[in-house]
Amino acid sequence: MPSGAKSEPPVAAQLSLAGVRLGIRRVAVLTPGIVVFSVAFGAAAAAKGLSLLEAVLMSAMVYAGVSQLVAMELWRPEWSWGAIAGLAVVTATVNARMVLQGASLQPWLARYPRLVNAVHLFFFTDANWLIGTRYQSEGGRDLGVLVGAGLALWLIWVVATLPGYLLGALVADPRQYGIDLVMPIFFAAMLVPLWRGPRAALPWIVAGIVALVTARLVGGYAFIIVGALSGALAGALLDDPA
Amino acid sequence: MTLPEPGSWGPYLAIAAMALATYLCRISGVVLMGFIPLTPRVRRGLAALPGSIVVATVLPMIERLGLAAGLALLAAIASMVLRRSELLALLVGMAVVSLMRAAGF
Repeated sequence: MPSGAKSEPPVAAQLSLAGVRLGIRRVAVLTPGIVVFSVAFGAAAAAKGLSLLEAVLMSAMVYAGVSQLVAMELWRPEWSWGAIAGLAVVTATVNARMVLQGASLQPWLARYPRLVNAVHLFFFTDANWLIGTRYQSEGGRDLGVLVGAGLALWLIWVVATLPGYLLGALVADPRQYGIDLVMPIFFAAMLVPLWRGPRAALPWIVAGIVALVTARLVGGYAFIIVGALSGALAGALLDDPA
Repeated sequence: MTLPEPGSWGPYLAIAAMALATYLCRISGVVLMGFIPLTPRVRRGLAALPGSIVVATVLPMIERLGLAAGLALLAAIASMVLRRSELLALLVGMAVVSLMRAAGF
């Protein structure tokens, strides 16, 4: 990828340490949930026979919880090229929501050099997308918030894989404490700051209905993409109130 | 030409393949939108996208996770409406789902 040599932005492309700190503060709420999730992944990896290096490497390089857990379902002792390609495809379908999440932030990110975006997007995930989206809807434009939240979560995610792997069997069923609901709850709570009146929520209803129907018809995670795209389409077709 | 089998490098290649697939998902939305002109219509579509992603992610999950999960999410949203605190919303939601699961729902 070419480094964004041209200096274009007329609007200040902010990226400050204060923003990074704000991002870390905003993501702190999620720390306990992420720790338990990562510990659960570490335990699953140990049970599947991955080496400690492999488990930590996966957390560090993939850094996408649900797809890592799905990969543990598909993990095998011997690898053929076909199996590797298959795993990559499954991973892409589980993480395809990131394509839409990135697209929704593009008008903000477009002000920054390509190289900057290419680097910080490595740390792009559900939580910092939500935090960035909310921050942006409040008028914030400091990229540091997205970067700080992503980096902090990445560090916690990678480090917490270790105790999960080592203590494995000692981890009780995380479902009992509702840990599997941390991200869904965080997602749902985010609807409140995103609320812009019933008219603007009309596309959300379309997204919800289409997602429910899609989930019934096809397995996997296609419902997120199909539903969200339908919502965006509905939003695009709804004319602005005169 | 045939590639040698992955052999002992298999797990590392599998991890690298996952990492590449995920990174491509991370950047492609931003890259693709760079080629689409931001007309008012596209802007409206983008404005509707975050909420649509949230709803499309959460609703089918409620269906899969059950009644306790649904009530937990509603409680979290209610808490968020009353007090704009993510921490409180998270605690309320987790408390509801733990209690309901403990009660056998």
